[in-house]
Amino acid sequence: MIPIPALLAPHPEVWVYLSTSPLSWLTLTLLAFIVADHISVAFNRHPAVNLVALATIFIIVALKATGTNYETYFAGAQFIHFLLGPATVALAVPLYRNFERVRATALPIAASLCVGSVVAIVSVVAIAKLLGASHEIAASLAPKSVTSPIAMGLSERLGGAPFLTTALVMATGIFGAMILSPLMKLLRIKDPAAIGMAAGLASHGVGAARAFHIDSTAGAFAGIAMGLNGALTSVILPILQPWLGL
Amino acid sequence: MIAAFAGIFGCQLLGEFIVRAFALPLPGPVLGMFLLFAALVARGGGSGKGGGNNADVPKQLGAAADGLLGHLSLLFVPASVGLMRYFDLLVANALTLVLALSISTALAMAATALTFRLLAGAKS
Repeated sequence: MIPIPALLAPHPEVWVYLSTSPLSWLTLTLLAFIVADHISVAFNRHPAVNLVALATIFIIVALKATGTNYETYFAGAQFIHFLLGPATVALAVPLYRNFERVRATALPIAASLCVGSVVAIVSVVAIAKLLGASHEIAASLAPKSVTSPIAMGLSERLGGAPFLTTALVMATGIFGAMILSPLMKLLRIKDPAAIGMAAGLASHGVGAARAFHIDSTAGAFAGIAMGLNGALTSVILPILQPWLGL
Repeated sequence: MIAAFAGIFGCQLLGEFIVRAFALPLPGPVLGMFLLFAALVARGGGSGKGGGNNADVPKQLGAAADGLLGHLSLLFVPASVGLMRYFDLLVANALTLVLALSISTALAMAATALTFRLLAGAKS
C-alpha cells in the first residue's frame, strides 16, 4: 500500500496514477539531477560535492518518503539508464580526437593499465579479507573498479552476489570521482592523460564523467582506461582467483 | 542527428551481437566503442590523413557524442539509486566495505597515474 501524501488525499486516484507512472520517476530523476547540478556549480564543482551522489540521495529520500520501491522507480528511470550503452559507444569520439596522443603514449597506457588493474583487484580483496570479510563479500568486491555489466558477470563466477557488486561498483565510482582531483594534486600529477587513465581505471564511467569535467583529453583517456580495464580484468581476475584465495 | 544516433546504436547493436556470438567477456557497448573508433580511423585513413583531429569526426556524430558525454553523470543516477536495495547489507558490513573500497580505489588510482607519468615523462 502506497501512502498518499496529505495534499493529494482528496484525490487518491491522482496519486495512484502519479506514483505508478514511469513519467513521474523519469521526471524526478531529471529534477533531482538539475538541483544537484546547481549545488555542484554553487560549490564551484568541488570534487566532494558529487553530482551522482547528491542526485541519488535526493531520489532515495523521495522514494522512501513515498514508500516507492526500486522496481517502480526503475520502470521510469530505465529510459535514462538505457543511454549508458550509447554513451559508452560515443566514447570512441573523444578517443579518436586524441588518437595521435593515444598512439604516442601506447606504452605508458599499456603499462599503467596492467599495474593499475592488478593493484585494484589485489588490494581490495586483501583488505577485505584482512578485515574478516566473508567469501561472498570479498568476491563481490573483487571486480569493483570495472564497469558494472562486466563486474556482475565476474562477481557471479567468483561466487559473489552480482547485484551487491553493482552497488559496490557505483560506490567505487562515486568515491573515485570525489578523490580524483585532490589525490592527483597530492601526487603532483598534472598531465590530463595520466589523470584520465587513473579515473577510468579505478572508477570506470563515473570516474570518466568526472574526468570530462576536468578536461576533454582526460575524459578520452578515462574512456580508454575504462574499456581496456574491463577487458583486462575479465582475463586476469580468473587467473588471480586461486592466488587470492577466492 | 538521426544518422549519428543510428550509427551509435548500430555500433552498440553490432557489439552486442559479436559479444554473444563469440561469447566474449566484454559488454556489447565497450566493443561498440572500439568498433566506432575503428570506423573513424578507417574513414580518416581513407582521406589520406593520420586521423585524430577534430575535423575528421562527422559534425553530427561529434555533436551527438558530446551531448551524451556532457551528461554522463546523469546516466549513472538510476543504477546508483539501486544502492537502496542493499542498504541493510551495506550497513552491516559498512566498516569493511568503506575501508576496502576507499583504500583500494586510491591505491589503484595512484598506481595507474604514477606508472603512466613514469613512462610518459621519460620521453618529454
